[in-house]
Amino acid sequence: MATLELRGLKKKYGSIYAVDGIDIAIKEGEFLAILGPSGCGKSTTMRMIAGLEVPSAGEVLIAGKPVTHLPPRERNVSMVFQSYALYPHMTVTENIAFPLKSRGVPKADRDAKIKWAAGMLGIEPLMQRKPARLSGGEKQKVALARALVRDPALFIFDEPLSSLDAQVRTMARSELRLLHDRTGVTTVYVTHDQIEALGMGDRIAIMQRGRVRQLGTPQELYDSPADTFVAGFLGSPPMNLLERSGRIVGFRPEHLLPASPDAVDAGAFALQVRVKRLEFLGADWLIYGVLEGGAQEEKILSKVPPRVVATLREGELREFRVERAHLRFFDPATGLRVDDGAR
Amino acid sequence: MARAEKVAHATLGDREGLLGTLMIAPAFVYIAALVGIPFFLAIALSMSSATIGDPSIHGFVGLSNFVSAVHEQAFPMALRNSIIVTFATLILTLVLATAESELLVHDFRGKWLVQILLILPWAMPVSLASVDWLWLLDSEFSPVDWLLRQMHLLGPGTVWGPANHLYYYGKEWLGLGAVTVINVWRLLPLATIIVLAGRTAIPHEIFEQAQVDGAGFFRTLFRITIPALLPLLVVAGMFTALLVFGDMAVVALTTRGGPGYATQLLPYWAYLKGIEGGALAEGAAVALFMFPVLLAGAILALRMAYRSDSN
Repeated sequence: MATLELRGLKKKYGSIYAVDGIDIAIKEGEFLAILGPSGCGKSTTMRMIAGLEVPSAGEVLIAGKPVTHLPPRERNVSMVFQSYALYPHMTVTENIAFPLKSRGVPKADRDAKIKWAAGMLGIEPLMQRKPARLSGGEKQKVALARALVRDPALFIFDEPLSSLDAQVRTMARSELRLLHDRTGVTTVYVTHDQIEALGMGDRIAIMQRGRVRQLGTPQELYDSPADTFVAGFLGSPPMNLLERSGRIVGFRPEHLLPASPDAVDAGAFALQVRVKRLEFLGADWLIYGVLEGGAQEEKILSKVPPRVVATLREGELREFRVERAHLRFFDPATGLRVDDGAR
Repeated sequence: MARAEKVAHATLGDREGLLGTLMIAPAFVYIAALVGIPFFLAIALSMSSATIGDPSIHGFVGLSNFVSAVHEQAFPMALRNSIIVTFATLILTLVLATAESELLVHDFRGKWLVQILLILPWAMPVSLASVDWLWLLDSEFSPVDWLLRQMHLLGPGTVWGPANHLYYYGKEWLGLGAVTVINVWRLLPLATIIVLAGRTAIPHEIFEQAQVDGAGFFRTLFRITIPALLPLLVVAGMFTALLVFGDMAVVALTTRGGPGYATQLLPYWAYLKGIEGGALAEGAAVALFMFPVLLAGAILALRMAYRSDSN
């Protein structure tokens, strides 16, 4: 268990900065999710933390100690790769024993540790199998046990759930987070899946083009995105962004609701929406709408509960409203958030 | 009269059983003509009294050709040398092939040149290669000797002196060593290509995982790389062993089995006896001598390769 600090971290490939100056400080025992689209530099950042890449500039500090130029084995960092990277010719026991043997842990200690890690993940019945005879979920547990077994200072996860089936993934998500809570190991979790980042992270760092666009709790990021990139990336579907009188107005689809005739809300943002299509999502309905009358047609999305959708028909023109408190404003030139009050 | 309706019928192409038989037949004919018949002919020959003068295989003499071959003075030497040269070549080739594949799996400047140089021995005609090696290890003009003299390791008053030459092809152990080195040189490209195919197939993440798990160079090599390469090392080893054990060209072009029988190998001795010496039946017996052992070795190696693969 330890803190992790990244100071001005950069990585250059040729003339391109894959990672272009990252400053993050992670508290002891924290679970940080690094979220971003592919090619945003999140994997390169993770590899520099693990020691698999040497930074072009900047520093990595684990537990306050600079480790920037130390090889991976000197960092006491555990990593779980997307493919799990289990050693194919070794049994589960041998796989879990490998990091202990590499560190010269005596046999008696080793056996106790392997037993403990296997118990933590409930994989005792699999111990004599080889990876080829394990399911995706079982492989993931073995990889976790191997990462856990040597009391690492830091856990690094590289999209560890992305190769699992959808049904298994939800369970695996909560199991992984519970495992973190039981062991308390500081964790960096790299993913492109916002559900994983929102659901598991104590904090999320959203990256784009080698930079951190916003760092904060999932609620902060969702409620108050720092810029239009974060606003348009988080949430499914993400925020609606409309340009109005020199500013970009953003609001979440679930906050855009058909106006009820009797309710009077003076500050509300009203829009005349042509309802194009109603889409059933299970718990909610998604409404594909178009704003007519402007210079060009603007597409807009609304997410409503079933009782509301009953009042709507495809093709009709209806007034939709967003409460004042749910509006966010951005500067069209920089994309950055501007103060809500400054209208 | 109504025109005859088109009758539905299956063509040859639809009859997979017949078509399959027809298509595999040339392969059978080829194997039977060039492998099967000569092989059984060799067995018949080895149990007959055939000579160059009278190459009929009617005179059945049982295993007496084998018995007399075993009792010849050259036999134990040839057997011993064949085993030594094969094992030495096998081990050197596998070690070097593993090292070369480890080198070639990484990217570096000038890799293409290194690749060409490493593959070159394979592409070189035997005649050219033999001229090369005859000169390199020549009794008088060997550049290797010259190099050793320059390094003051050879010549009067040095460790390997006082002679100015080592006479590689004229001494028992230097001769066997030379034959081994030439075999390694000749077979390394094939072994490297086989091992490299296996090496590139190991996912890169496995090695990064090992790095993060704290494994150093040797632990990674012996616990990760070599076990993962094992099936292909077996295949490369089998090819190498069979090619060396059955080869007579290298020894025929260099030491010619001498001095005496000191560097004689089984295949060359079989050739000398059967063709040069005219004792066709005895030559066949010698050539067949190691067949059961080679067959058993090949089967064992293939089974091992399959087993480690299926795990």
